[in-house]
Amino acid sequence: MFYRENGQFKTTYRADQQIFPIRQDRVFIALVLILSFVVIPLVATDYFFKAILIPFLILSLAAIGLNILVGYCGQISLGTGAFMAVGAYAAWNIGVRIPEVPLVVQILLGGCFATLVGVIFGIPSLRIRGLYLAVATLAAQFFVDWAFLRIPFFTNYSPSGAVAVPALSIMGFSLQGAMAKYLFVLVFVVVFALLAKNLVRSAIGREWMAIRDMDVAASVIGIRPMYAKLTAFAVSSFIVGVAGALWGYVHLGSWEPLAFDLNRSFQLLFMVIIGGLGSIVGSFFGAAFIVLVPVALNHIPELLGLPLGVDTASHIEHMIFGALIVFFLIAEPHGLAKLWSIGKEKLRIWPFPH
Amino acid sequence: MGFFLETLFGGLMSGMLYSLIGLGFVLIFKASGVFNFAQGAMVLVAALSMARFSEWLPKWLGFENLFVANILAFIVSAAIMLLLAWAVERFVLRHLVNQEATTLLMATLGISYFLDGLGQMVFGASVYTINVGMPKEPAFILDSIFEGGVLVNLEDLTAAVVAALLVAALALFFQVTATGRALRAVADDHQAAQSIGIPLNRIWVIVWTVAGVVALVAGIIWGSKFGVQFTLATATLRALPVVILGGLTSVPGAIIGGLIIGVGEKLSEVYIGPMVGGGIEIWFAYVLALVFLLFRPQGLFGEKIIDRV
Amino acid sequence: MNTNTRDDRIGEVILELEHISLAFGGVKALTDISFNVREHEIRAIIGPNGAGKSSMLNVINGVYTPQQGSIRFDGKEFARMSPRRAAEMGVARTFQNLALFKGMSVLDNIMTGRNLRMKSGILAQAFRLGSAEREEIHHREFVENLIDFLEIQAYRKTPVGRLPYGLQKRVDLGRALAMEPRMLLLDEPMAGMNIEEKQDMSRFILDVNDEFGTTIVLIEHDMGVVMDISDRVVVLDYGKKIGDGTPDEVRQNEDVIQAYLGVSH
Repeated sequence: MFYRENGQFKTTYRADQQIFPIRQDRVFIALVLILSFVVIPLVATDYFFKAILIPFLILSLAAIGLNILVGYCGQISLGTGAFMAVGAYAAWNIGVRIPEVPLVVQILLGGCFATLVGVIFGIPSLRIRGLYLAVATLAAQFFVDWAFLRIPFFTNYSPSGAVAVPALSIMGFSLQGAMAKYLFVLVFVVVFALLAKNLVRSAIGREWMAIRDMDVAASVIGIRPMYAKLTAFAVSSFIVGVAGALWGYVHLGSWEPLAFDLNRSFQLLFMVIIGGLGSIVGSFFGAAFIVLVPVALNHIPELLGLPLGVDTASHIEHMIFGALIVFFLIAEPHGLAKLWSIGKEKLRIWPFPH
Repeated sequence: MGFFLETLFGGLMSGMLYSLIGLGFVLIFKASGVFNFAQGAMVLVAALSMARFSEWLPKWLGFENLFVANILAFIVSAAIMLLLAWAVERFVLRHLVNQEATTLLMATLGISYFLDGLGQMVFGASVYTINVGMPKEPAFILDSIFEGGVLVNLEDLTAAVVAALLVAALALFFQVTATGRALRAVADDHQAAQSIGIPLNRIWVIVWTVAGVVALVAGIIWGSKFGVQFTLATATLRALPVVILGGLTSVPGAIIGGLIIGVGEKLSEVYIGPMVGGGIEIWFAYVLALVFLLFRPQGLFGEKIIDRV
Repeated sequence: MNTNTRDDRIGEVILELEHISLAFGGVKALTDISFNVREHEIRAIIGPNGAGKSSMLNVINGVYTPQQGSIRFDGKEFARMSPRRAAEMGVARTFQNLALFKGMSVLDNIMTGRNLRMKSGILAQAFRLGSAEREEIHHREFVENLIDFLEIQAYRKTPVGRLPYGLQKRVDLGRALAMEPRMLLLDEPMAGMNIEEKQDMSRFILDVNDEFGTTIVLIEHDMGVVMDISDRVVVLDYGKKIGDGTPDEVRQNEDVIQAYLGVSH
């Protein structure tokens, strides 16, 4: 009875095409935004910001980027970590060599470099698909791993191989506090999520989905597979690169190539699968899930009086993720996002069963 | 020149190890059209099982003979691989019949993570040893031609021989027997094979078990040489370029591909590596595979991939 | 019904195929086929199964490239035709096996047909600038008119994969029509339909031809439909042309009768 659309008639196409056509959804999103921008900064602890919220937000952003490539355009990628790395290292190099460049511009330029690399490694997608494309993206992952490890130019000849960012500030405001960092990242994520949502519901989004669903038919309509695939790689890599720069700058502070290795790529792919392929909001669900499970595994057994060793917890984590991937692929390929929308469907007719 | 030959032989030997793992991929792909990303995890579980059971069985059953312990451990481990194959078919493959290749690939990725965690939780996460009596001393050969002879690792040589025998047996199996034909039919089209009466479930269990035993042999050889540890799971990743090069559907291709990658890695590391900072082994195989993918995706010996309109 | 007033609408030759031969490996799909299509007419291609009809359609819109022969569209000869070039020149098609985008709604599927006409750049779309939004709405209006025409309003937001077969066929037609084509290639549009559905589809095809003037080339097995709505017919058998003319002429053609009915005893 709360979620009815009664009386909400759309009289213009513009109204029908809004991101949230149902009023209750708009209210819900407004509440979420108020919660995120106002309530949480007032009540959350530093630990909560640093260990949960900030990683969750940045990984959500990366998941949105990956979802565009895998979920909307159907091109599999196992090398996302590499693109995050390019974003992070490129931004850092700019910051070190041309320190006058403002922070936000550094991060965005990092994204641009990631776009370049992404398009290059996306070229094979024009000829190969599926498993074979996965192998090509793995080549990207390993090559980039090596490049940032062994080519001293990229780390500005740092003796330890690790790089670090100086204290962050934006237009004179220091971003050293956890809450400031959180808000900084939150703004990025909200803006990019909006841009991504706009893209996927426009002509380019339909092109991507057409390529995903049936690329021969797509070319018959006049869609150019090359343009669609390369733009998917480009947009995806840009977002992932920005996320990588944020990860290095805001979450880690200092890092080595290991921060962006194959495990990271798998982690992001899992987020996208569990959260829901082809869904922007699903990317958030997936990221939340992946971030929260280890935290839960660390704290819940203690609360129940059955302490788990760190090792065992990590093994159980692997087992849970692995089993869930299989479960979602079998039962609900559209992941948590689909479960969410099924829940909403049920809510629309509540309290009636159907 | 002697050094070049040593590097060459070293490459050939490590190539054989890759081939063994690649063999598992090819088997499963030939028969179920599934690319099994979990092959490395299977090698890990098999090797862990072998290592721990050869240690536990003497304690539990109260005997000392190492040879008997190894035989028993092998049997138990093979049985575990059978159980694994059955479980994978029952809980995963059966529900994903005729799904897209990408979906199946991601499912095996999930299986890989699951096995990784399960194996280490059950068998332990330290480094374990496998002792099946492989020769550990190096040998010098061809000392009539080269001064002092060329250094060859006997353990690797034995491994290569074992692998070669295994491959010959499997190649024969696929080409000659009725079951082999049935496996090829299933790889081509699950539903069509089902509709002519091929029992999909049983075929898949058979194939995954065989692949599991291949993984066991690979695990024993790797484990004997390097010790059994969790990094074995990433062996999948070393072997992927091998089957791309050789062709996903070709058993001999896995061997040739393995040899090429093994030699290529070693040679490039020794001769090109120093010029660019070293450590290029991690991507050499992959970039080689990438080049192949752009010009000949079916690999050297694979079947041509046809996209129907 | 072919009446004189309808015959008046038929124009000049718009598509000319000369000596088309197509082979896959050793299999000859088409051998030395020549025929033409006039503007505004309804041209049927018929023949037994395996005669090469779908291949013919695929050649026309560039999915297959013939080893020999030439295609002349609007007087211009094309050495190589690609599906995109065909689309740009105003050739649209439907598919026998319904190549719909299963993951998208009916509305989105038909909107993809407007893709060639949408010019906004990626940045404009990302920021949903005024121009991008206006363009989206403009094309949405056009598509909604098509949806009205095809009587599928109730399903516009439904994912295409959930619709019954007959409705999916209409969406396939709608997507092709969204391209505002000069020539529409229909690959067995009536396949798998019952009598009422066939009547509906025939009506749509005739309406499209009448109202929009679209030239129609269709492959169809139902002889009743073909004889009723076509202006001219091409008959193929084993990749060769064995008949070409009006429905009445073709019906009396000895070779055609033999191909369909076998040698009479």
